Amino acid sequence: MTASEHPDDTARDGPELDGPELDRILSETWGDKAGLIGWLTTVDHKRVGKRYIVTAMTFMLLGGMLALIMRLQLARPESGLITADRYNQIFTMHGSTMMFLFAVPVMEAFGVYLVPLMVGTRAISFPRLNAFSYWLYVFGGIMLWVAFLRDVGPDIGWFAYTPLSGPEYSPGKRADFWAQMITFTEVAALAVAVEIVATILKQRAPGMRLDRIPLFVWGMLVTAFMVIFSMPAVTLASSFLLSDRLVGTQFYNATEGGSALLWQHLFWFFGHPEVYIIFIPGLGFVSAMVETFCRRPVFAYPVMVAALVTIGLLAFGLWVHHMFATGLPRLGYAFYTAASMAIALPSGVQIFCWIATMWDSRPRFEVPMWWVVGFIITFVIGGLTGVMVASVPLDLELHDTYFVVAHFHYTLIGGAVFPLLGAITYWFPKITGRMMNDRIGKLAFVLVFAGFHLTFMTMHFTGLMGMPRRVFTYPAGLGWETLNMTSTVGAFVMASGVLVFLGNIVASLRRGAIAGDNPWGAASLEWAATSPPRPYNFAHIPAVTSSTPLWEESLPVFSGLRVKQRELVLTTVVEAVPDIRDPSPTPTIWPLIAALATTGLFIWSIFSPWALVWGAIPVGIALTAWFWPKSPPRHGREPVIE
Amino acid sequence: MSIRQTFTGDLKVLPTHGFGVRSLTWWGVIAYMLIEGGGFALAGGSYFYLMSQETVWPPASLPPALLPGALFTLIILLSEIPNSLLKKAAEAQQRDRVLWLIVLLDLIGLVLLVIRGFEFAHINVRWSDNAYGSILWALLLLHTIHILTDWAESLVLTVLMFTGHGQEPRRFVDVSEDALYWRFVWITWLPIFALLYLVPRLV
Repeated sequence: MTASEHPDDTARDGPELDGPELDRILSETWGDKAGLIGWLTTVDHKRVGKRYIVTAMTFMLLGGMLALIMRLQLARPESGLITADRYNQIFTMHGSTMMFLFAVPVMEAFGVYLVPLMVGTRAISFPRLNAFSYWLYVFGGIMLWVAFLRDVGPDIGWFAYTPLSGPEYSPGKRADFWAQMITFTEVAALAVAVEIVATILKQRAPGMRLDRIPLFVWGMLVTAFMVIFSMPAVTLASSFLLSDRLVGTQFYNATEGGSALLWQHLFWFFGHPEVYIIFIPGLGFVSAMVETFCRRPVFAYPVMVAALVTIGLLAFGLWVHHMFATGLPRLGYAFYTAASMAIALPSGVQIFCWIATMWDSRPRFEVPMWWVVGFIITFVIGGLTGVMVASVPLDLELHDTYFVVAHFHYTLIGGAVFPLLGAITYWFPKITGRMMNDRIGKLAFVLVFAGFHLTFMTMHFTGLMGMPRRVFTYPAGLGWETLNMTSTVGAFVMASGVLVFLGNIVASLRRGAIAGDNPWGAASLEWAATSPPRPYNFAHIPAVTSSTPLWEESLPVFSGLRVKQRELVLTTVVEAVPDIRDPSPTPTIWPLIAALATTGLFIWSIFSPWALVWGAIPVGIALTAWFWPKSPPRHGREPVIE
Repeated sequence: MSIRQTFTGDLKVLPTHGFGVRSLTWWGVIAYMLIEGGGFALAGGSYFYLMSQETVWPPASLPPALLPGALFTLIILLSEIPNSLLKKAAEAQQRDRVLWLIVLLDLIGLVLLVIRGFEFAHINVRWSDNAYGSILWALLLLHTIHILTDWAESLVLTVLMFTGHGQEPRRFVDVSEDALYWRFVWITWLPIFALLYLVPRLV
């Protein structure tokens, strides 16, 4: 027997190894150990993705509770409910939690869960990095919230402008916890972005050419590239801030040649793409749901893809519109106004294409579609106020008022959270195997939608009447009382809708109707897997012949992957021709240990620069152990990653 | 599956490794370069932004001494010769050549780290003196971190190549991607060298 004829190497899936026997072997190969050990060592993108989603939703609830506390405080003038200092921490924590711990992670989490299934592969690329990313994210989030609960929460706003956040005006460690939370979440987000790019470009099912990729996957690809190009900016900015605060560098200190505006440029070079990093996956959700419930491909697929890419590119040319009030050169104003208005075009193209899709079909208005309609209405309003504030004279008038608060909640909640809640309803049966309750789902939509508009439509007027953002209270008699009370009532209506939505999830987990593989009659590959999917996703690797594979008469599949060792197929970037059988890493504890070591380094470096030296040693040891082959040399046998 | 499945082909015959764009590792390394390259570019942008705040550059000190920086640049440029040979040897899976070249490159890395120490010692400004000092230290430190991490990673890989695992084809892919990454490290050094040593002498 030569080395390559070992039975573990020669056992392959195919007509002769199929059905329950194949399921048994693959489940053993791709499954995790039972119990806590399995939970801590898993590298299954579905388990990590679910974990990511649940954690992000938990942070959403925490951030939402802070919003309610703020609305209670602002319901009446001169309210003494919370102090100015606590209020500063609360609005900073609300923004930071929602942006860094909820919105970006939850979108990436859906990518982590769905992308490998939608492109028809067995696992995400770099699955151990994926596990590491999750641990780092959750440790960073916990660090920030523990700091907040111990009264060292950041109080500098979610964009932490210098010099306010610098050593002179923010002594203590509050700003440092914020800056280091950035490091945690950006490293985590970048790791996921790399995995998503590699998975989409190299692991697509044979035949899934670039023009057959589902629009949601296109959206995640654009998003991942935006993460890769934008997040280094904020990481650099916050590292400069930390070093100004810890070792006395002068990056942002104007008296020693530094510049506070350097912070704003670096921050918004990240911060504006960030908005689209949150919004583009939302567009992808909508495209997926519109296709399914209209039962036809989305109108003008190439235009939709071009619009996504255009949004991704233009998003990097807008950052200065956050800085119109800083006194920049006039020419800069004109350029960034034009760019800010231009980005409305590809966004509008998307909206028109969905409307055309619905026009040309008989859409089924299941609950996910209610969210789609809610999204279109709300986002169009947010888009229009966006075009308004892109104009410099109007922006100068409205800057830092509640009008801006209304605008960006329309775009972020309308543009991302509504599609997200629709997406949860839509993919819930795939993830859990059960349907969510229809009537409760509609009730949740009505409450959230009505509550949202009551809260934030009102804020447009509060802002036009001159109420600034981030004030912890306001005097009576300015005419803001009724508007503020209305917003507060709306916020609680919306919160009740969120509770109904969550109640529906909890109830449906236990009592929901059994879903089956493809309850909505959708066309993309994730619906070819079981609900919930088996650890190996697909018994055989599907072959794709159209952009709607499950609407074809049959699903061709490939045989021939190893089944006793983890293996998947790499395909070529454009045409998706099968190229390499690639081993996929097995579960291991080392990503968790590496994340713990990295957490130690990051938190320590808030207090001492020497952490970068001594703290790097355990990280290096953990990473080496992570990559070091665990079994003896294989001498010509098929490769494994252990 | 509720949809009918038909077998259309067999993947059995595919190879289990490939170099360059064919390998997943290559894409990981490229993505990492994009991230790190973006960071370098933004740090370079910050340098010019801070320079535009000043009338004189450097504001109150001499530029860094040229000798250590020039020596470093010369050696890191020459290192591409063994690096290219290493990459070729890895792709041809010539283990003996890989072993001595990778050891040579580890030694070169060590020499570079020592010279880097002299660069810091002759930078002629403290990071806390002014924003010019801060950005100089930041650029040099950022690049040093890349030298250091690549060096540590190469050491681990060197040890691995000397064990029985060093005969696996996939380890040669690792060596090849490691050599690719080294190119990134020296190519990014060139603009940083210009910012540190040349721009202050030219403006």
